[in-house]
Formats: sequence, C-alpha cells, structure tokens
Amino acid sequence: MDIIQSVLNGDKRSIAKLITLVEEKSDDFINILKKIYKYTGRAITIGITGAPGSGKSSLVNKLTRILRTQNKKVGIIAVDPTSPFTGGAILGDRIRMQDLTLDEGVFIRSMGTRGALGGLSRACYDAVKILDASGMDYIIIETVGVGQSEIDIVKLADIVLLVMVPGMGDDVQAIKAGIMEIGDIFVVNKSDKDGADRLVTEIEMTLDLGSSKNSWKPPVIKTIATENYGIVELSENIEKVLKHMMQDDLLNVKRKSRIKQEIISLLTETLIENIIFRYSEKIDMLIEKVLERQIDPYSAMEIIISDVK
Amino acid sequence: MSCTKTIRVLIAKPGLDGHDRGAKVIARALRDSGMEVIYTGLRQTPEQIVEAAIQEDVDVIGLSILSGAHNFLFPRVIELLKEKNAQDILVIGGGVIPDEDIPGLKAAGIAEVFTPGTPTSKIIDFIKSHVK
Ligand SMILES: Nc1nc2c(ncn2[C@@H]2O[C@H](COP(=O)(O)OP(=O)(O)OP(=O)(O)O)[C@@H](O)[C@H]2O)c(=O)[nH]1
Ligand SMILES: [Mg+2]
Repeated sequence: MDIIQSVLNGDKRSIAKLITLVEEKSDDFINILKKIYKYTGRAITIGITGAPGSGKSSLVNKLTRILRTQNKKVGIIAVDPTSPFTGGAILGDRIRMQDLTLDEGVFIRSMGTRGALGGLSRACYDAVKILDASGMDYIIIETVGVGQSEIDIVKLADIVLLVMVPGMGDDVQAIKAGIMEIGDIFVVNKSDKDGADRLVTEIEMTLDLGSSKNSWKPPVIKTIATENYGIVELSENIEKVLKHMMQDDLLNVKRKSRIKQEIISLLTETLIENIIFRYSEKIDMLIEKVLERQIDPYSAMEIIISDVK
Repeated sequence: MSCTKTIRVLIAKPGLDGHDRGAKVIARALRDSGMEVIYTGLRQTPEQIVEAAIQEDVDVIGLSILSGAHNFLFPRVIELLKEKNAQDILVIGGGVIPDEDIPGLKAAGIAEVFTPGTPTSKIIDFIKSHVK
C-alpha cells in the first residue's frame, strides 16, 4: 500500500516515515503533502509553551490522558531547540510521557527546530498536517518558550496555553513585554510552590489592563501536573475557550489568517530563492559596485527588481 | 550543517537501573556530533522502546544497562523490531556487560556492544559508518 493511504488509515509507521520525509525535504514530499491536504482541518490544535522546565510535558501527558478517557485520538509534537553550532539536539520530552507510549490512540514525535533559527521549522507545520490527516482528534504541540518559537506557535495552534510557574518573577515581566497576547489560557503550574496565588492575581491584573472594551478574558488555571491537580479544570476550560471561539467565528478567522500567512511565507521563500538563483551573477556584480560606493544597496535592489519585472 | 540526513538516535534504558549518568554523557556526545538524540528516561520496557523508536523513526537504538539483565532485554528488543518489520533500525548496546556475553548478543542481532571506558568518538564513528 502506498504511504498516503497508510497515513490516512492511521498507520503509525507510515506517519513516522512521512514526517521524516518532510523533515529531510525528500524528493516527493510536497506532492505527498498536496495529496493529503484535503484530509486535514478536522483536528483541534493546541499549542503549549512556557519557560524551560515549567512542566509542559507533564501537563501534555495528563491532558492527553483526559482526552483519551473521552476516546479522542491525540497526536503530540514536542519541539526542542537544535544547536545552531552542531545541528544536533537532545529531545527529552518523552521522559514525562512514557506511560503514553503504548497507547493505541496516541502518537508522539520529537522534533528539533533545525534550520528555523529558534522558531518552528516548516517541517513542524507539515507534521501537524500529517497527524491531522491521519485522523487525530487533537494535536498538541509543545515548544520551549524562548524567543521566536512561542510567537510561531500562534501560527500553528487553534488555542495556546501559556505555562508559568511561581517564584520566577520574570514571568510577569514577560507578560508585560507583550507575550500575553499569545495566551488563550494561562496555566500556573507547580502551584504546590509558594506564590502561586500571587502569580494568578498578577496575571489577572495584567489581563484586566489589556482588555478594557473586550469582555472576553483568557482563563487562568492553577495546576500541579505531577499530582494531576487542576487538569480536569484545564481541559474543561480548553473546551470552553474553543466553544467561545467557534461561536464568535474567531476560530475561522484565526485559521484563515494562518492560511494567508502560510501562502505568503511560501511565496516569499520561493520568490527569493528564485531571484537569488537566477540573478546570482548580477548580484555579485552589484555587490562590487556597492563596495566601491558607486551605487547604494537600495539602488542595487531596484536594479534587480526591475530585471525581474 | 551539511545536506546529508540528520541521524536520529533513541537512547533508552531498559530494566530497573536507578541512574542514567552514562546514558546522558553519550546523549550529549551524540548531540555534539550533530545527531538528534531522543532520550526516553529510565525503566523502559522493550515494548515501549520499540514503539517509541518506530514513532520517532530513528536510525539507531542505543540501549544502556547496568543491572545485568542484558541477555534477556537486548534480544527481546531485536525480536520486537522484527515483529514490527523494523529490523532496519541499528541496535547498539552499552553498560556493564561481561566480555563472554558479547558474542551471544551480537548473534542475537545487536550490532555492537560498547563497554565502559569506550571513547564516545568510537561510538560516533560506528554509528556514522553503519547508518545508510
Ligand atoms: N513540584 C512540581 N513539580 C512539577 C510539576 N509539574 C512538573 N514538575 C516537575 O518539573 C520538572 C520538569 O517537568 P517537565 O514536564 O519536563 O517540564 P517541561 O516544561 O516540559 O520542560 P522542558 O521541555 O525541558 O522545557 C520535572 O521534574 C517534573 O516532574 C508540578 O506541578 N509541581
Ligand atoms: Mg518538555
């Protein structure tokens, strides 16, 4: 049977192989993605991000178990940073998800950010599509909240959980710096530690400041992932937020802007690659001229663009 | 970075060992040589190891063991890989393993056994030259 059909049937080996093809940008991967695209769009995607060690993987584990009691199939993509120096990575999120490994209805894949300079790689977006087409009801994407990847998660997820822990004062600073816009739900994990209530209050106050006219405010939930505390509440709130998004058509708006983003970034990548490839000699020649101060970089760009036209 | 395939390795600790310092040292060395290392933690059953290896589509499984159950656990992993039609995955072993057990493990399908003190560069070279 061909790989597309087996992926659509939910065969795990084939799903895994196809994700590798996409990660390695193997010959035929775009054609395969084209063929499976019409089977995507059914799954709900949940992004979970937060500081290193805040308990994201532990939360994913517990959340998945609740979804499994509802007989939902869950795909998990756990992203860790690739070393920009060696290209290697240690992907350790499975440690906290061991007990999901043998569950028929769960598929877990660890991915490095590879070439994506701190953000999420294209392959990560495509892996979500593959899991979606394979029949997962939910796809959870875990990314470490440092830099670009937590901004990128918005482009990938229907709903974003932002995980914070008490006793790391910089969290609220991060909220104030504008990270708060990305959270649809705020999770105060490790609330067995001192300061959990204070952190909840601080988050709520910050959210109040930001939402004067808008009546909808993201919920703030206290959890202790290791003790399964607050997880039911968290999953209920996910459903609540999704319902709210669907009622107000926000989910469609979100998905529409995600598709726009994707087309634009594909266009940009392809156009730039094309131009650089086709005009490489001309570009080299212009570089020399700029170096000699015969022309400036802006004019160099205009010369190339007028040629493209 | 080159344009050859990124080698993916699953490092697993089957059995009841209580610590994983050695496995972590290997994991870091492999990362530093440009590989993606999926680390799954302590006390994995062979079933869990093989299932994780399939979902992660790794090229290599590195099994590390100190507790002495290698003669059962290593071949069991190979057996399960065969059942799942995934015997193309290279399996290497490490840890405290008596010399006299090594031929038996190799006959069972373990590609190589690295005992304590093996320089990590040797393990890296072995993987790089055996992964197609
Ligand atoms: N006390 C306490 N510890 C927790 C809680 N949740 C997770 N932990 C512990 O925190 C550590 C990190 O948990 P992970 O789930 O791996 O955190 P993570 O955010 O996925 O970590 P990275 O992926 O490495 O960024 C582990 O030792 C967990 O057992 C909690 O609610 N309370
Ligand atoms: Mg994690």
